[in-house]
Amino acid sequence: MPSQRDIRRRITASRNIRQITRAMQFVAASKLRRAQESTLAARPYSDLLDEILADLASVLGGDEHPLLSRRDEGKRLIVLITSDRGLAGALNTNAVRFVSNEIIEHTGELELVSIGRKGRDAMRRAQVPIVAHFAGLGDRPSLADILPLARLIADEYEACTYNQVDVVFTRFISTLVQRADMVQLLPIKPSLDTRGIPGSQFIFEPAPDKVLNELLPRYLATRLFQAALESTASFFSSQMVAMKNATDNADELIEDLTLSYNKARQANITRELIEIASGAQAR
Amino acid sequence: MPLHLEIVTPEKRAFTGDVDEVIVPGSEGELGILPHHAPLISTLGQGVLRVKSGGQEQEFAIFGGFLQVRPDRVVVLAETADVASEIDLERAERARREAEHAIEGAREPADMETARAALQRALIRIRLAERGARRPRGPHEAGRRHPDAHREEPPGGE
Repeated sequence: MPSQRDIRRRITASRNIRQITRAMQFVAASKLRRAQESTLAARPYSDLLDEILADLASVLGGDEHPLLSRRDEGKRLIVLITSDRGLAGALNTNAVRFVSNEIIEHTGELELVSIGRKGRDAMRRAQVPIVAHFAGLGDRPSLADILPLARLIADEYEACTYNQVDVVFTRFISTLVQRADMVQLLPIKPSLDTRGIPGSQFIFEPAPDKVLNELLPRYLATRLFQAALESTASFFSSQMVAMKNATDNADELIEDLTLSYNKARQANITRELIEIASGAQAR
Repeated sequence: MPLHLEIVTPEKRAFTGDVDEVIVPGSEGELGILPHHAPLISTLGQGVLRVKSGGQEQEFAIFGGFLQVRPDRVVVLAETADVASEIDLERAERARREAEHAIEGAREPADMETARAALQRALIRIRLAERGARRPRGPHEAGRRHPDAHREEPPGGE
């Protein structure tokens, strides 16, 4: 049986840990609120961009732009978005596992771009070739952070290095549910719904193909940005839940330890009393 | 019939509401859009977007993006859209100096390009903010930040 002092030391340590995990829980909760707001605020933009692309696509055929064209030659590229920091439950593990499954199912040449340190480290261990790494996006990703990556991907795709580009990220469904998911970035597949007005009725200024030239890179960047925002919101909610569990566990542990401490103390007192009593009797 | 206008950026929805007219800085020149405009899709340039409703006018600094006009609504997808009254002149001036500095120090064409774009953005913001400040104001409204505070006509008075 551990001594009283040992137990006391463990109680203090658990209390300190609880203090830290509780603080992290609250920090994550407040950052989650902001991340969630920006995720929701970005949705109208990407929805409306989708709509304009659908209008354009109904006028143009499929091969007006290299970012729309399908081809067979080339490698596949996956963009993996994870967080820089851990302590967020199974979040990063799930995203990494998703990529690993993809690799196993679709053998062939594949390269990776990583955003966030956790994903890079895991993929490096799995010996997947990483062509570029971007340090984490921080608490509030901005579109400007994404643009260099979007340009890189578009350039490489146009140069026929790749035949397909996907992004793996963690979709934010609710505070309790986040799911690793994959979305195809390139070639871009426009939706076909023009919402009542045939594209041929639209006036384009400048010509449709010029508008398309401007729109497609932006569309790509927006898709990536949305994925980054979702991942950020997922990170904070996952961290919040993980830290809440840690705090609860610390509570439980402290309770158990306190009980054993009191038992040990009581046993000590009883023993001392017996010693005194038997000493008095012996006299 | 009013025109339903939405100004949306990747970061937020900057404006939604019914308006009488909107003047947009298209890449091929300014476009004035009234209700019942023909369906149109255009790219945007940089400049000032003006929204007119009920005799009031609101201005936004707009930098690149897209415009979609449908019979019942106008959608402006801008990279950024700042309301004139919310522009921080000091910050814009600082951004201008930084951009000018960056242009001098730029080595690669890509750096140059970003710096130029930043400079242009700063200049448009400054222009819009200064125009808001220069407008004549009544004695009671001198301290108000809203650029439309000087408006002479009562709203809706036609």
